[in-house]
Amino acid sequence: MVKAKYNPKRPNRSLAGDIANIVVLLIFAAFTALPMVYAICNAFKPLDEIFMFPPRFFVRNPTLDNFRDLFLLMAQSWVPFSRYIFNTLFITAVGTGGHVIIASMAAYVLEKHKFPGAKLFFNIVVTSLMFSPVVTAIPNYMVMAKLNWLDTYWALIIPAFGYSLGLFLMKQFMITVPDSLIESARMDGASEFRIFWQIVMPCVKPGWLTLIIFSFQSLWGNTGGTFIYSEELKPLPYALNQILMGGYARAGVGAAVVFIMMIIPIIMFMVTQSNVIQTMTTSGFKDE
Amino acid sequence: MPVLAERKLSTSIPFLSTRNKLVSLKNEIIKHRVSYLFLAPYAIIFLTFTVIPVVVSLFLSFTYFNILETPKFIGWQNYIRLFLGDDIFLIAVKNTFLLAAITGPIGYLASFLFAWFINELPPKIRAFLILLFYAPSISGNVYMIWTVMFSGDIYGYVNSTLIKLGIINEPIQWLKDPKYMMPVIMVVILWMSLGTGFLAFVAGLQSIERSQYEAAIVDGIKNRWQELWYITLPNMKPMLMFGAVMAITNSFAVGDVTAALAGLPSTDYAAHTVVNHLVDYGTIRFEMGYASAIATVLFIVMVGCNRIIQNLLRKLGR
Repeated sequence: MVKAKYNPKRPNRSLAGDIANIVVLLIFAAFTALPMVYAICNAFKPLDEIFMFPPRFFVRNPTLDNFRDLFLLMAQSWVPFSRYIFNTLFITAVGTGGHVIIASMAAYVLEKHKFPGAKLFFNIVVTSLMFSPVVTAIPNYMVMAKLNWLDTYWALIIPAFGYSLGLFLMKQFMITVPDSLIESARMDGASEFRIFWQIVMPCVKPGWLTLIIFSFQSLWGNTGGTFIYSEELKPLPYALNQILMGGYARAGVGAAVVFIMMIIPIIMFMVTQSNVIQTMTTSGFKDE
Repeated sequence: MPVLAERKLSTSIPFLSTRNKLVSLKNEIIKHRVSYLFLAPYAIIFLTFTVIPVVVSLFLSFTYFNILETPKFIGWQNYIRLFLGDDIFLIAVKNTFLLAAITGPIGYLASFLFAWFINELPPKIRAFLILLFYAPSISGNVYMIWTVMFSGDIYGYVNSTLIKLGIINEPIQWLKDPKYMMPVIMVVILWMSLGTGFLAFVAGLQSIERSQYEAAIVDGIKNRWQELWYITLPNMKPMLMFGAVMAITNSFAVGDVTAALAGLPSTDYAAHTVVNHLVDYGTIRFEMGYASAIATVLFIVMVGCNRIIQNLLRKLGR
């Protein structure tokens, strides 16, 4: 009666299905991986290969010259380069951390507490995602000027706390937290903050780990734009873009810059994603 | 005297009722003070840096504003000009709808399907595959590879391959010829569509309890398709809603891709989108009032579209 299963741990799967799945995924992944592979190859190309025509995709004689040139240029900069790195790290870390906590707190009460105005507020947040940021740039600048936050870190950090996307994402994850869990914690006399921090947040770990990626990416690439004009407060992407202004002679350095700007988010991505994937096996306490 | 007293009474009644309302509102706030306290930090920041700028932009859409001088109120003129006097805007609307109608749904479905396929794999290779699929959203120079590929000379990868195979005799101007522009751009948009929604789906699939799947096996679910329909989809509803909103916002806000590949403006405006039009007026011609009117129209269209799709999704779950 019982057919021999190829994998006893996952009885409702077939071998043929699993193989087809992997094949399809790898074919598509080969396409989406192209820009990443290209950027990595470019960073190690000597100048003559970068300017080669017709362009060649892969690198033939890999070299570290581009990185050497980049570090030489960095050493010549007027403000010590470590300062730019610190600025970006500070803005990214504080902005991401604050956003995750503040947006999750709001998302928790919007989903799990019933109070007047909750639904309206949430709808406004979701709707705001649809307004083009191009035209709000000037009003935004005026708000910053009124607050006297121009040319400070806060002009980049505080608005990041209030991004609409984070609240929306966290609110959707809060739906998956069982009410009974919160109720029983409340019965045991836990404070609301404790419930939020020790019970709800572990439950929605995949949610905030994903939010960390989104927030990190948008802050990491921030050039400071019109908000910051002191050289010593400028973030890293601004300084690296300045190096690129040198034109064609800096093409090799440019490839190295693209590589460095890309590799940090990728490391961050791998760390958070492998944690997202591990959560399934560890969080066994939901609905018990 | 009695008349006066009567009058006093009659005037004090509405006063009393508004006062009662205020009192009850105050009571409500006190009753829910913890909730409001949790919401306050986000709400204050959101109102200051999102709501105020949006409201100011809405106001600017009724003005002539060239960024240097104070805005001049001109009523509905921007909107009248937009719909009656701007042929290019109508082209942009048509292109935007075409792009959104095709890339939106396909990108959405693809995001879910790939997230689900990946979820079937052993955990160790999952993170790596997710990275490969998310690569277009994380690596800096996404468009470069496509401009090289679809370059109009005989050295562009696509042209040289087609010539080698004998399918065409002379190179095709992929990004300059209005005939080919839109299909090429659609391919690129679809290729980039595994972004925010995709990652949310990946995370959502992780937060479904394993015990549900175990119970499903006991209940007689035989293959992965039944599992998808009876367990995975119902549990994924919040993330599917999120993904739908992101798909709408992204597919109507297409602009970077078209500008990077086909240029701004593109030949005959064949790849001109509403956002391209908006950027053209806002940051090139410095007509911020007019650009705000474009943003407002786009906003209203997106909100309406979102309404329809949310209703459809809600019905689907029932």
